[in-house]
Amino acid sequence: MDERVFIKDGIRLDGRRFDELRPIKMEVGVLKRADGSCYMEMGDNKVIAAVYGPREVHPRHLQEVNRAIIRYRYNMASFSVEERRRPGPDRRSYELSKVSREALEPVILTSYFPKSVIDIFVEVLQADAGTRTAGINAASVALADAGIPMRSLVSSCAAGKVDGQIVLDPMKDEDNFGQADMPIAITPTGEITLLQMDGILTRDEFRQAMELAKKGCQEIYKIQRRVLIERYSQFEDLQDEGSRR
Amino acid sequence: MDRKIVIPGDLLSEDTRRAGEGTYVRNGKVYSLLYGIASFRDRISVIPLAGKYIPAVGDNVIGVVKDITFSNWILDINSPYDGLLHISEFPKKIDVEDMSKYLRIGSSVMARVKDVDPAMKVELTLNDRRLGVIKTGRVVEISHTRVPRLIGKGGSMISMLKKELNCNIFVGQNGRIWVSGNEEDMDLALKTILLIEREAHTNGLTDRIVEYIKDARRARG
Repeated sequence: MDERVFIKDGIRLDGRRFDELRPIKMEVGVLKRADGSCYMEMGDNKVIAAVYGPREVHPRHLQEVNRAIIRYRYNMASFSVEERRRPGPDRRSYELSKVSREALEPVILTSYFPKSVIDIFVEVLQADAGTRTAGINAASVALADAGIPMRSLVSSCAAGKVDGQIVLDPMKDEDNFGQADMPIAITPTGEITLLQMDGILTRDEFRQAMELAKKGCQEIYKIQRRVLIERYSQFEDLQDEGSRR
Repeated sequence: MDRKIVIPGDLLSEDTRRAGEGTYVRNGKVYSLLYGIASFRDRISVIPLAGKYIPAVGDNVIGVVKDITFSNWILDINSPYDGLLHISEFPKKIDVEDMSKYLRIGSSVMARVKDVDPAMKVELTLNDRRLGVIKTGRVVEISHTRVPRLIGKGGSMISMLKKELNCNIFVGQNGRIWVSGNEEDMDLALKTILLIEREAHTNGLTDRIVEYIKDARRARG
């Protein structure tokens, strides 16, 4: 483990600098049947999020009289990792479903829809470290696409420590062999809705990682915003061409 | 430009008095609550581009009977919440045993929302000359968020449609629209309505729709 070198001349294995995100691709409204949806690639991660609702709650006993409940299902496809994964929920995906739901819940105005449910499904098609953050980013855009009232979007990414250096958005090898990994989710106004960490960081390293992850989230927020806005400006362009004819 | 596309959390104004529908106020500033089109008039409001219909008192809706209980018809109103039509809200006095004679499962009705309580119990009524059971014509379903555009500013679009299309039209706030006229007129009406749904977010729509109808008429000869 120690003989592996992750950083050479300030450049990481995949050619990134310490403070650089992996390339991001995002598309809104990819699923016709869902009320809102989003496909996202963060480096080699590929996730798809679908939102249904607000709709009637089944089973009935889960329903709350004064607000909507939110259900979040994080699932990894059996083919999403190198060695085939056993399908179905396991401990890890239960945990990620819970923390991801809690990352989004504070921005959603659930009191607008008593007795109903908002279902969020996140499917990981290909995994390469940081799938929970990709899932939250995609789900947040899918919620907006479904027309659900929210105080803001939520953006999420991780910072980690490899070779004693704090880096942004670790990829698979850095995550597996690094010393720490810290995913966060945050609103554009700076409220933190998710903060997890494994590994060990000193106080100073923690602060540094936090700053870096926040910056990463701001970049992601810009992309999320752009994707949503561009979806309808395309139509406007078409319209202009139509009227010029 | 007085209209633009916004996302949740976008800053709209620093004047809280201008906060309208689809916005919220925090720390003395107005932000958007929705992904939609913001219009900046005296008040700033955001019209969503998607979303489910939530019933409000006074709305006209089109419902489909999905169940009959002892004294209520339960209607699907294209919403997370069911509509209840009590037997006493039927324009005629009828017996409990005869309920399915007047309105059976699958029947469509034009109704009005009479009351919505905090637990989202939605009570409907048929007590108005314009309301009642649908027996003729056709119903199309569009996203309820496009309904304001179908009606137009001060009803400009809908009154134009009624005149130009030669059809009787009933617009349900829940996105269901009843059209009645001769077959050819209805065909064109449905096409026009779906076009309005697709292009609801563009400018100068009413004029383009007038042209569209004229073109379609001319093509037919």
